[in-house]
Amino acid sequence: MDIRIRGLAKDFGDFPALHGLDLDIRSGELLALLGPSGSGKTTLLRVLAGLEQPSAGRVLFGEEDASATPVRERRVGFVFQHYALFRHMTVAENIAFGLTSRRKSERPSRAEIARRVADLLDLVQLPTLAKRYPSQLSGGQRQRVALARALAVEPRVLFLDEPFGALDAQVRKDLRKWLRDIHDRTGYTTVFVTHDQDEALELADRVVVLNKGRIEQIGTPDEIYDAPASPFVFDFIGDASRIPVTVEHGRVAIGGRRLDLGVDLAGAGAATLFVRPQHWRLGETGLAGTVGATRRHGTARRVDLTLDGAGPVEIDLAPEITVAAGDRLTLTPARWRIFFEDGRSIGGSLDAAPGTTRAFG
Amino acid sequence: MTDLTMSPAPARPARSLVTGVLPGFGLAFGWTLVWLSFIVLLPLAALAWKASGLGIDGFVALLASPRVRAALELSFGAALIAALINAVFGVLVAWVLTRYRFPGRSLVDAAVDLPFALPTAVAGITLAALFARNGWLGGLLAPLGIEVAYSRAGVVVALVFVGLPFVVRTVQPLLADFDREVEEAAATLGASRAATVFRVLLPPLVPAALTGFTLAFARGVGEYGSIVFIAGNMPGVTEIAPLLVVIKLEEFDYVGATGIAVVMLAVSFALLFAINALQHWTEKRW
Repeated sequence: MDIRIRGLAKDFGDFPALHGLDLDIRSGELLALLGPSGSGKTTLLRVLAGLEQPSAGRVLFGEEDASATPVRERRVGFVFQHYALFRHMTVAENIAFGLTSRRKSERPSRAEIARRVADLLDLVQLPTLAKRYPSQLSGGQRQRVALARALAVEPRVLFLDEPFGALDAQVRKDLRKWLRDIHDRTGYTTVFVTHDQDEALELADRVVVLNKGRIEQIGTPDEIYDAPASPFVFDFIGDASRIPVTVEHGRVAIGGRRLDLGVDLAGAGAATLFVRPQHWRLGETGLAGTVGATRRHGTARRVDLTLDGAGPVEIDLAPEITVAAGDRLTLTPARWRIFFEDGRSIGGSLDAAPGTTRAFG
Repeated sequence: MTDLTMSPAPARPARSLVTGVLPGFGLAFGWTLVWLSFIVLLPLAALAWKASGLGIDGFVALLASPRVRAALELSFGAALIAALINAVFGVLVAWVLTRYRFPGRSLVDAAVDLPFALPTAVAGITLAALFARNGWLGGLLAPLGIEVAYSRAGVVVALVFVGLPFVVRTVQPLLADFDREVEEAAATLGASRAATVFRVLLPPLVPAALTGFTLAFARGVGEYGSIVFIAGNMPGVTEIAPLLVVIKLEEFDYVGATGIAVVMLAVSFALLFAINALQHWTEKRW
C-alpha cells in the first residue's frame, strides 16, 4: 500500500505542529521519521493512522482518500512506545483482540483465530507465552506482543511510535534486527518514529528528517549521512563542528586566514563550514589549532581543538597518536560542506583522488 | 578437597516471618496486633461473651422470632441491593468525573464526599422530607403508586445515599491512571466504541469496584441514623436490625441485643470474607 501525503498540516490550538507536508511512502518500504522532540514526527504518524485529524491536507492510501476514514476502519496497525497492552487479558487474548472484537458476520471461527494467534506467536518468537499476562513479561517481550497484536488484523500499513524507546540498549539492538527481519519476511509497508539516529540509519530503507513541523530531508541513510541537505540535518545526524567562514572570489577564509579547499566556490559572503570529527586530516599546511581536552571515543581519540581565529572544533585521531593539552596541530578538512546563508550548499572531498578535489552537490 | 566442597549443603533457611530486606516486621506486626486487639477484637470478644449468656437454645429462639428474622433480612438485603446500585452508578459517576472536563466539575467532585461528612440523621431527615408524599420527589412518585418514604424502598434509598462515595472513591484513582493509548490501541484494532468500553475499559475496574461494593455493603449493614428517619420502623416490615438492637437495649434486654449483634457480626464477617476472596481472585490474575 503506497501512501501519498499532500499539504498535510496539523495545528494544536495556536501551535502549528505540522506545516503543509508532502511525502510519498512507497509500498513495502521501511521508512523512518526522525527528528528531535517537538519536531512533529509523532503527530505525523498519528495523523497517518487516523488517531489525529489533520487541520488541512490529504492522506491517500493508494487511490483512496483516507482522511475521511475513521481509525477503526482504516485497517492500520499501530504500536505504541509504552506497548498499550490490555493488562487484564493474556498474551493470546491480546493478540486475538482485533479478531474477536469484530462483528459476528466478519469474525473468523474460533479455530481460525487460535491458529492465527499461534502463527503470530511463532513470528514474534514467543510461542510459549500465550497464557501469560502482560505484567509477567519483560519490556522487550511486551513490545513483541504489541506488534503481534497489530499484525493480527492484517493491516494495510504498520505504524510504530518510538517502538524501542522504553527499552534498554541491548534489547533495542536485538529488536532492531528482529524488526528488520520481520519486515523483510512479511513485506508490510512500515513507518516508524524515532529520535535515535542510529536506529533510523541502521533500520530504515529511507529516512525522513523532521524539524519544527517541516521536512528537512528525505533520503536513504547514505544520502542523509553523506550529503545532509541543511545545517540542521548536518548537526542532527552524526557529530559535526560548525565553523563560521567568509567566501570571497571563490576562496574560503576562516578568521581572516585563507583555507585552500582545492575548489572554486560559486557564491560570496558569510557561510558556515561543516566538518565531521573523523574527516580532518593532519598535515604540514592548513589550519592551526591548540589541543584542549582529549578523551576516548569509540575506536578513536577525540580531541577538543581551538582553531586559531575560529574557535572550538572536535576532531578524531587514531588512538596511537598521542597528543597533550597545549600541543599545536596543523590540519585540513578532508571532507566538508559549506552552507551559504541563502540555503545553498556545496560539499567536497580531498579523498576522491590524490591531488584533486571533487566537489559534489 | 577444598573447604567449600567439604561443607555440607546449606540447609534452605526456614521461611520465617522476619526474612526479607524490609526491617521492622516484628515491631510493626506486634503493634498491629496490639492495636487491632484493643480496637476491634476486645470489644467483639466482650460482645460474644455477653451474648453467650443466651445459650444455644436462646440463639435458636432468637433467630426463630419473626421480628428478628425480618429485621436481619431487611438489613442485609437492603444493604446488598444498595451496594449493587452503588457499584453501577458509582462507576458511572467516577467515569464522568475523571474523563470529562465540564464547568463545576470540582464542585461535583467535592459533593461526592458529602454523604461521608453529613450527620446520618440529617441525611435521613432530608431524604424523608423529600420522599414523603408531600415532598418534592414523593409528590412526583405518589401518583405512580410508588412509595419510598416509610417503606422498604426508603431503606434502600438511604443506603444508596450513604454508600455512594465508597465506590466512587475507590474506582476514581484507577480511572484517572488509565492510559489513553490503550483505548487508541483498541480503536486501531477495529474495536467498536461499545467493545472498547466493555472489553477494554471496564474489566480492569472490577477489583476496585468490588472493594467499593464491599465497603458500601458493610456500611449499609451497620447503618442506623439515616434509616430510622425514612423507614417508618414498622416491626417486621421496615424495622432494621440495628434498630431492633437499640429497642432491646431500651428494654434492658442486654443479652437479646448482643445476640442479634453477634448474628449480624457473624454474617457480615462471612460475607466480607467471601467478597475479599473473590476480589483477591480477580486481582491476582493481573
